[in-house]
Amino acid sequence: MTATATGATPPRRRAGRQRVPVALLAPAGLGLLFLIFPLVGLLVRAPWTTLPQRLTEPGVLTALRLSLQCATLATLLCVAFGVPLAWLLARVEFPGRRLVRALVTVPLVLPPVVGGVALLLVFGRRGLLGEWLDSTFGVTLPFTTTGVVLAEAFVAMPFLIIAVEGALRGADSRYEEAAATLGAGRWTTFTHVTLPLVAPGIAAGAVLCWARALGEFGATITFAGNYPGTTQTMPLAVYLALETDLDAAIVLSLILLTVSVAILAGLRDRWITSP
Amino acid sequence: MTARWIGAAVAALTALTLTACGGDPDPATPQAAAASGGGTVTGDITVFAAASLTESFKTIGKDFETANPGTKVTFNFAGSSALATQINQGAPADVFASAAPANMKTVTDARGGEGTATTFVKNQLVIAVPKGNPKAVKGLADLTRPGVKVALCAEQVPCGAEAKKALDAAQVKLTPVTLEQDVKGALSKVKLGEVDAALVYRTDAKAAAANVEGVEFPESAGAINEYPIIVLKKAPNKAGAQAFVAYVLSDKGRSALTATGFQAP
Repeated sequence: MTATATGATPPRRRAGRQRVPVALLAPAGLGLLFLIFPLVGLLVRAPWTTLPQRLTEPGVLTALRLSLQCATLATLLCVAFGVPLAWLLARVEFPGRRLVRALVTVPLVLPPVVGGVALLLVFGRRGLLGEWLDSTFGVTLPFTTTGVVLAEAFVAMPFLIIAVEGALRGADSRYEEAAATLGAGRWTTFTHVTLPLVAPGIAAGAVLCWARALGEFGATITFAGNYPGTTQTMPLAVYLALETDLDAAIVLSLILLTVSVAILAGLRDRWITSP
Repeated sequence: MTARWIGAAVAALTALTLTACGGDPDPATPQAAAASGGGTVTGDITVFAAASLTESFKTIGKDFETANPGTKVTFNFAGSSALATQINQGAPADVFASAAPANMKTVTDARGGEGTATTFVKNQLVIAVPKGNPKAVKGLADLTRPGVKVALCAEQVPCGAEAKKALDAAQVKLTPVTLEQDVKGALSKVKLGEVDAALVYRTDAKAAAANVEGVEFPESAGAINEYPIIVLKKAPNKAGAQAFVAYVLSDKGRSALTATGFQAP
């Protein structure tokens, strides 16, 4: 009875649902399976019986803590420098803007190991800037936790920039124009109008950026090396565990996956869904 | 981590393609019987070999093809443990040459080998230092001096296990700045000048002779790495595999290997 009583509007919605074309549904389903199956593989193959004792191994927590800290710091760096850069690319006409935009995406296409070598050539002990840093301040970045953060930020920043630039381009610029006509300067417009307008875009970009930083392997091991407690993040621990002990590698992967999915799901509810 | 999984997937795919492109092994099978009677070997031979064998095996592969017209040797060079995993997961390879007995054991324990593995070369550790040896490193004890940055391989990989043996034998307690995932990683840190020394194999130091020097040290005698080779049970081209292994063990094969710094077993 209730179904028919409230059925006045829903039928149209239901009809809409039925009209999902198979041509879209089939590839969507296959795509989903393709993404989920490897995860199922990990779960099936996980050594559930020895899981508790593996979880409490001291090195595991150290690596996990280091991973979370470094990914978070790298994301903060990316937001601090990436948001202004995205704004510049989206809002300011300047010569060579296309080239700059292409250059920004270089870390996306560069194999991370090459990125790590490139970082060494700049920030390394014999690097373009690194040599000066070493002789002037006695600072060397490779093999330090700071090095891990830098490597992760280098690889992850494009994700943030692309997301934020997309949000800026999609945002209605009339609000900014209105603010300007009311006498707001560019800085005030940016902080009071633009930023709140694209906040969901920044959040989405930051989440992508954090996820990429958390999984970073190639640039990190090349630039920052691998030493427990200072530079060994979870992906590095997983890789080395894979050399001798597949089960340990699976456990480490599952921990990293669980923690990151939990954090991302938590953030998603709070920050991103804004319909 | 994503990158690692993609890497693994790509490696697995490459392995599959390598052998898929390997043409049909069937034509070789009838001749296999002939080959055992001293006849010719043909077809594609897929060799999974440790990364440290890259230079020498490429030479051996070319020589083998010249000596056996109609054959084509395809290599898959990677870390021995990754190769062992690929083989156990069904990658159709003909020959496996490992940089450590432990990785060979992974394959033979899974009954993936034909007969027993043969040790074909040995490799010894040296201290790799930048050309000119700026920190005047003469032995393991020098590596503990303040201001000397050292890269080692992680204990999970063969060069790291050997390094630990050598350091223990010398009773040298060393804190490296990094534990690299493979020997080439440790070596590249020396090449780039990021560390002052690294423990690597003699062959690796020799291959990088343009900017690296190898310092020999006595304790390396207690940490010699043996390289075993085997014909795989599921080899698509068994006759070819046997001929290739025989060639590696022959004088010609051995001289190609010693030329790159390996020692005869």
